[in-house]
Amino acid sequence: MTQAEALQEYLLRLADSDMILGQRLCELCGKAPALEEEMALMNVALDLVGQARNWYEYAAELIDDGRDADKLAFRRDAHHYRNLLLTEQPNEDYAVTMGRQFFFDVWHYFTLKSLTESSDEHIAGIAAKALKEATYHLRRSSEWVKRLGDGTEESHRRMQDAVDILWRFTGELITPDDTDRVMAEAGIGPDPDQLAQDWRGMVKEVLTKATLTPGAEDAWMYMGGKHGEHTEHLGFILAEMQFLQRAYPDATTW
Amino acid sequence: MPQPGDSDSRSAVDILIASDRVPANARPDLLTEDDIWALLEEIKDPEVPAVSVVELGIVRTVRWDGNELSIDVTPTYSGCPATELIEELITEALRAAGFRDPRINQVLTPAWTTDWITDEGKEKLRAFGIAPPEGSSSKMSLLGEPEVIACPHCGSKDTERISEFGSTACKALYRCKECLEPFDYFKCI
Repeated sequence: MTQAEALQEYLLRLADSDMILGQRLCELCGKAPALEEEMALMNVALDLVGQARNWYEYAAELIDDGRDADKLAFRRDAHHYRNLLLTEQPNEDYAVTMGRQFFFDVWHYFTLKSLTESSDEHIAGIAAKALKEATYHLRRSSEWVKRLGDGTEESHRRMQDAVDILWRFTGELITPDDTDRVMAEAGIGPDPDQLAQDWRGMVKEVLTKATLTPGAEDAWMYMGGKHGEHTEHLGFILAEMQFLQRAYPDATTW
Repeated sequence: MPQPGDSDSRSAVDILIASDRVPANARPDLLTEDDIWALLEEIKDPEVPAVSVVELGIVRTVRWDGNELSIDVTPTYSGCPATELIEELITEALRAAGFRDPRINQVLTPAWTTDWITDEGKEKLRAFGIAPPEGSSSKMSLLGEPEVIACPHCGSKDTERISEFGSTACKALYRCKECLEPFDYFKCI
């Protein structure tokens, strides 16, 4: 794999993870448990979709085959999507929604923090902007995990269930593959060991404060999202998300 | 060397030729960078109409590249839906001033910060009922306690946060415990 190929792949991963989690959160539009939560979820989703667009635009520039950001987002099938499996998991109850957000936000925060020092200036620029937003997301989701975990007996039970359900998708966040290694060696992407250490450290700190028990470090992990092997959920997300663009390809006004 | 905006150094013929390229009666080439800043100050933010896009720090630079005007703007948030509308409003205002093809560039670096909102802009936000950002973005800690936010209506510091997010990405929702009015807070980023 050349560095140029790895870079395109890496950008699509960043873009797709933002896009799919943004889309998942938008499913709660109009039916979040409280008005303030709805505003928060939609604002987080908006940030993520905006960031996805920035990554897609840069990816489109490098891929340079005539596809623009919209085509990359709305005209690729599931096996071409490179998002983390965690981001496509269903919303379920609010503990799962916030647990998924928390695990993602910790990864996102440390990844973006490292990317602000990327040797690729364009990436560093997008990351610097996104980091401000991700910091705010992390502050909020970690507060929720603590509140629910260290809350009532019922909220604790649900939050612990959420950690247990989602844990098997967290390995993918901090297990590097060839693309990650090529990016790290080029000084473009984060150092995988550092990222794993930072992620584990903060997750442990917050879960401890929340009186929750993390999963085992050597637990069996589902991976494959980064290579286009997805859980059964992604196809349904894309079917809804891409309907309009598939039904009316190349329409210029909606 | 004569500058494109410098009318004194241009002959009548220069101006005549220049005027041929723009709509009748408009002489955008005679506008200095200061004139253009003044023009942009008339453009209000579509979501926070109390302040201009200049006061919010969205317009970063205005410069003449030879005979071409180039303006750099930066989005407040990655997904801010107002970004494109702001660019359109700027383009429209420049067209009205006679520019045929104003160049608006979107720049992401350095990332927008609330530190760029001018003091005047902050006062206008307050008068509009939005508490302006408190403190400096560079001094914020990751999981730090929020600053004390003063109520824009009565000035009391006895306020509480209702929601970390408000009606737009850039705001949070607060309530004053003194005058009991809810208000928006422009988040510090």
